[in-house]
Amino acid sequence: MAELIEPEKFDIAIKVRGLCNQFGDAVIHEDLDLDVRSGEILGVVGGSGTGKSVLMRSIIGLQIPTAGEVEVYGKTLDTIVDEEESRDLRRRWGVMFQGGALFSTLTVAENIQVPLREFYPRMDSELLDEIAAYKVAMVGLPNDAGPKYPAELSGGMVKRAGLARALALDPALLFLDEPTAGLDPIGAAKFDELIRELADTMGLTVFLITHDLDSLYATCDRVAVLAEKKVIAVGTIPELLATEHPWIQEYFNGPRGRAASGSNDALTRADRKS
Amino acid sequence: MPGAGKYSKATGELAVGAGSKRKEGVEGPEARFGGRLTRAGVGALPQRLDELGPISLLDLSNITRIDTVGAWIVTRTMHRHDAKVVGASQDAQRLLDALANDTSEYRIHGDRRPAWVRMLEQLGTASVGIWNELLGIIGFFGAMVVALFNQIRARRAIRWNAIVTRFQTVGVDALPIIGLMSFLIGIVIAQQGSVQLKQFGLEVFTINLVGRASIRELGLLMTAIMVAGRSGSAFAAQIGTMKLTEEVDAMRTIGVSPMEAIVLPRVAASTITMPLLGFYASICAIIGGGIFCWVGLEIPPLTYVQRIREIIPMTDFWIMLIKAPVFGILIGVTGCYEGMQVRQNAEQVGKRTTSAVVAAIFLVIVLDAFFAVFFTSLGWN
Repeated sequence: MAELIEPEKFDIAIKVRGLCNQFGDAVIHEDLDLDVRSGEILGVVGGSGTGKSVLMRSIIGLQIPTAGEVEVYGKTLDTIVDEEESRDLRRRWGVMFQGGALFSTLTVAENIQVPLREFYPRMDSELLDEIAAYKVAMVGLPNDAGPKYPAELSGGMVKRAGLARALALDPALLFLDEPTAGLDPIGAAKFDELIRELADTMGLTVFLITHDLDSLYATCDRVAVLAEKKVIAVGTIPELLATEHPWIQEYFNGPRGRAASGSNDALTRADRKS
Repeated sequence: MPGAGKYSKATGELAVGAGSKRKEGVEGPEARFGGRLTRAGVGALPQRLDELGPISLLDLSNITRIDTVGAWIVTRTMHRHDAKVVGASQDAQRLLDALANDTSEYRIHGDRRPAWVRMLEQLGTASVGIWNELLGIIGFFGAMVVALFNQIRARRAIRWNAIVTRFQTVGVDALPIIGLMSFLIGIVIAQQGSVQLKQFGLEVFTINLVGRASIRELGLLMTAIMVAGRSGSAFAAQIGTMKLTEEVDAMRTIGVSPMEAIVLPRVAASTITMPLLGFYASICAIIGGGIFCWVGLEIPPLTYVQRIREIIPMTDFWIMLIKAPVFGILIGVTGCYEGMQVRQNAEQVGKRTTSAVVAAIFLVIVLDAFFAVFFTSLGWN
């Protein structure tokens, strides 16, 4: 029996070293390094096609890298032979996919119960139902959402249900792939708030892929910028603004970037007043 | 009527479109545009400009409107004839400047090669594709067997719920259509066979024909084709859609093996239901043949059943029972494999579903031919 992982003991939750990913002739990542610290919300930004999703898939083992190493809590997924050990690692993370990726033949409640049933087959169904109800409430879904099928949900509810399933096992690590894409501004803002709140209360480490500048300002502790097949910079937004890289400048100081930073200043000021 | 213009050599006047609004005059090396230079009014304007020969000046002062298409035609003519543009309004100039600044070449179409080269290329790609597909199916089968052993070794519960649901859709739901089809095929074999055998006065051998053909070959083969069409396609489409919506990826991240949760139950269901359906189909075909013999050949049902029992050797029945699970595995594996190959877009779901059915039916028939030779050489005649 392998020793169980204790996420609290790690300062660095995810360590990526020299990662290379290649599809045919197209090189996506070349010698990419990244550290994700425990307890932080790390935003990952980059233009379309810079391999943000591929990076996430490499970390959670859906994509086998061409070269390089990915360590999550000191373990490398592709070198783990012991099945118990790999299950233990998988139990430490929850993933929310871009489209929610809810199992379409199961209801919201059943979707949330899938990970629980998989890892704790002996849990009785009454408790499972109660946990599902708790998670439904936690992500702010309406009371009657449990027995609904994914096709009956609105876009925002699908995302919340996806988040509830990702949180089913109380993971230490949460991966979010464009959580606010396709949401209206109000829904997106509420979702940002929810992520921030959950991360603070549950002590989550969040790997957040986003295109949404408002999300970055509202939620992230640090931001990693993907460009030129690498992570070209990691830091807080003011730190990034101080760098001279043209893409970063254009990203944060473009018309949308300025609007987002301005509105966010107003938001924090309003928060302080109240 | 955009583009319905006429050209008269005598005056050098060129009318574009109907009415006087869209008019364009050409005098010697100058071209004057008038009216609305927009995509609706373009028509055959580019050809007519080419027919005019060299142009040195393009006059835009009389146009009332211009859009991107119009601006492109002006720019194009300008580049081709090395002409100058005069009289452009502010709006027009802005459009033209946007075009003039960009001199890079864009590729719109892929390489265009002669038809015979493309044909050869397609033939080659298709051949390699079929070979790879075959290897892929074999590899997938291997991976499935490994997953099955892992599941048994780790003593993880078999997903009976999933298997039983598939029983329903693959087996029970298919009973009416397979029964009817086999029944009709039984009648057709009896009817066609009796016409031929009548010439020799051996109509009674129609019973042999129907009985042996259904049990040994046709009952199962038709069932396999029907199951491939009904369930193999459904497997591919379901799994393919799950791939597109990232449900399969989500399963992996949760730690559920898609092989165990999606593929094994489906293959198990098709493997177990196939012998049952095949036997059922054979019986339906024999009943169909029997009804024809009764009505058409006046052989009483009791005699028919008696003869059937005498002429069908037990080996025919065993042959069917040996072939059926193999066909079931084949259909299940092909359907699931094709579903798992879906990447990127919805069109792939359709393509993969089609190839799941085609590959399954083709492989079933090829294997059936092997089985026929094999069992005959065993002496199971």
